[in-house]
Amino acid sequence: MANRIGVYICHCGTNIHPKVDTEQVARFAKGLKNVVASKDYKFMCSEPGQDMIIRDIRSWSLNRVVVASCSPRIHEKTFQNACLRAGLNPFLFQMTCIREHCSWITEDSEEATLKAMHLVAAAVQRVNYHEELYSRVQTVHPDVLVVGAGISGIQAALDVAKAGLKAHLVERAPSIGGHMAQFDKTFPTLDCAACISTPKMVAVAQEPNINLMTYSEVTDVNGFVGNYEATVRMNARYVDLDKCTGCGLCLEKCPTNVDSEFEEGLAKRKAIYRYSPQAVPNKPTIDKDSCRVLNGKKCGVCEKFCPSGAIDYKQEDVEVKLQVGTIILATGFDVFDPTPLKQYGFGRYPEVYTGLQFERLNNAVGPTGGKIVKKDGTPPESVGIIHCVGSRDANHHPYCSRVCCMYALKYGHLIMDKIGHHVKIHNFYIDLRCFGKGYEEFLRRVQEEGVNFVRGRPAEVTDQALTPEEQGKLMVVCEDTLLGRNLRVPVDMVILCTAMEPRADAAEVARIFGISQGLDSFFLEEHPKLGPVSTATDGVFLAGTCQGPKDIPDAVSHASGAAAQAIALASKGETAISPTVSYIDPDICVGCKTCIGLCAYSAIEFDERRKISVVNQAMCKGCGSCAGHCPSGAAQVRHFTEREIFTELSGLLDPLAPRSVVSTEAEPVV
Amino acid sequence: MEEFEPTIVAFVCNWCTYTAADLAGTARMVQSPNVRLVRMMCTGMVDPKYVIKALLSGADAVLISGCHPGDCHYINGNYKARRRVKLLSEILTTVGLDPRRLKLTWIGASEGNEFAETVNELVRDIKALGPSEAASLGAM
Ligand code: FES
Repeated sequence: MANRIGVYICHCGTNIHPKVDTEQVARFAKGLKNVVASKDYKFMCSEPGQDMIIRDIRSWSLNRVVVASCSPRIHEKTFQNACLRAGLNPFLFQMTCIREHCSWITEDSEEATLKAMHLVAAAVQRVNYHEELYSRVQTVHPDVLVVGAGISGIQAALDVAKAGLKAHLVERAPSIGGHMAQFDKTFPTLDCAACISTPKMVAVAQEPNINLMTYSEVTDVNGFVGNYEATVRMNARYVDLDKCTGCGLCLEKCPTNVDSEFEEGLAKRKAIYRYSPQAVPNKPTIDKDSCRVLNGKKCGVCEKFCPSGAIDYKQEDVEVKLQVGTIILATGFDVFDPTPLKQYGFGRYPEVYTGLQFERLNNAVGPTGGKIVKKDGTPPESVGIIHCVGSRDANHHPYCSRVCCMYALKYGHLIMDKIGHHVKIHNFYIDLRCFGKGYEEFLRRVQEEGVNFVRGRPAEVTDQALTPEEQGKLMVVCEDTLLGRNLRVPVDMVILCTAMEPRADAAEVARIFGISQGLDSFFLEEHPKLGPVSTATDGVFLAGTCQGPKDIPDAVSHASGAAAQAIALASKGETAISPTVSYIDPDICVGCKTCIGLCAYSAIEFDERRKISVVNQAMCKGCGSCAGHCPSGAAQVRHFTEREIFTELSGLLDPLAPRSVVSTEAEPVV
Repeated sequence: MEEFEPTIVAFVCNWCTYTAADLAGTARMVQSPNVRLVRMMCTGMVDPKYVIKALLSGADAVLISGCHPGDCHYINGNYKARRRVKLLSEILTTVGLDPRRLKLTWIGASEGNEFAETVNELVRDIKALGPSEAASLGAM
């Protein structure tokens, strides 16, 4: 029996139509072999659009469907499900993209329409050879791996644990808490960051369903959704955590001082150190790069003084393998280093700080005990806050970091609150983006407190005084774009609202977990609107700022979303695995074994008895390395067979038959 | 005389270059519509037969594009593609096709602009090169 194909051309509102003459394309498709129904419609992905397909499958006994619309990366699943609902195997469907690759890339309507016709012809020709395929069902290991224990990772792990599932929480730093543990107060409510995050950190440590692994890194991941194996390297701390009581004597005695990461370089720590005052676990770690003993020098002071014999210079990194079903990445962000922006003098002028440094300066357990003071110990009388440093800047990050406006407002308020309302605060902003709940209200409050706002991006910060009043001050040089005037604003202290940027090693992490990065190098979500927590790799989810800049409430919601996805998979206990894997035709295979050497997953075995190669379907990922190379053509990837590709090529390349345009009068287009 | 408009087939991998092409479209980057995409799961899947078939069926050039070395979603499919393309280019010469008609690039998922540039550049190059010699190789 000949195939009965239905073809559907989407207008996507005005995104495809009228650039592509969809009506003409539909008419053209109607003239193609085996096409029995061909229609164009405003929104194919809408419910009426899908219903139309379902109705047609039933009433016209369609056994193949083609949709020409947006990228299949967006709606292929939507339409496959519609087919399924109508009782048609979803693999008897083909989608072709006439939006991203057609209507959106050219101004020329004729060209776009022509290209659309070729793409539709290719899809129609190809779909003739599609076969019914059925997904395999795979059990899902209930354990979840959460990578990164900032507020997002903590939230995700706690949610998973609350569902009664086991979460392995892996953190690279010696303590959990992430950036939030460094903050002082949080906008706009001004509750102290430690007061809301420390209880969560403690909850993690006490939760029996969480296996906390600090000072550890995931080095390798194998497997697929439901069955991942992760290799975690637990770095040597040179402190036996079981013996250590956390008394802190070693911290006092250690003679080696180095810059503290946690204090953003504003204070020193010892070579043996507690990551932060509220560290979880609250036990020290020896930093092997600065410890004298570990670098072959004489010392051993901590060992001598430790009352419980917990110091162990011989400790080695330990590798463990974890079996998990799903993975949540919560690896967070880095703070933009403003040194390259030489005009702002960071690193050159001691009174120029990054936002995160100011958080420490203001923190009760920070280097100054929470006193906002200059390096000379006196409080500033005036402070300049420069917004969008590294963000919204074509030379650095084009995106908005989403939190800077708000923390800048917070700083203004806190400085006045702590030092006094006589302190002059000047914000230099491009736009004020106060979009969250209670944010606009907070802006109003800070404005009423008398904080000054200058609209303009400062050209430079300089200590070159032009007048006696400027002596000893830092001048923020800026054009006030609302007044149209150039300003020199003398201040005692400058805070740079530095951008959030992807982790320096984001590319490496993306590789390990088999996910992609977006244009901004943050991890790429599956769909920008409707799939913001999943990735293109099944079973790997994103939580928090590793996906893009977020404030705390957004990061926490994102994390709970990721946890819900992981829990959903685990609670169902099984997942469907794509059947588009390789198959070696036993009648054609000559047993040359070429494919066995090519397979990156060791998914092909040699059957000694029949002298042929055989694909293990559970391990094959359908990459087609074997099919692309098989000298006898025995290996084929399902859904990407030679016949399917050849016919697709014919559709793309054959001259368009003119009859398509003529024949419309004779046969009514259905 | 009307300008020669080449037809180009691009075999692109789903994970990187196809995504980049989507991105280029979403960003409305103007591109020659001469390039028609065939979505493959990986460049390692591109059988040399497909390239030859395309070149013999009217394509003036073939682009194969996938993930950057080391980024292949399937570990190393792109390395396999690279080896094949190298061999294939030599074969093209022996049968009388200009080897510049087969191009291999790596375009990551985030590199929409890279994709648009590659497309426009390739179209420009092939326009300069002229129609495929395949039409006159009737005997093949
Ligand atoms: S998946 Fe992109 S080249 Fe292999």
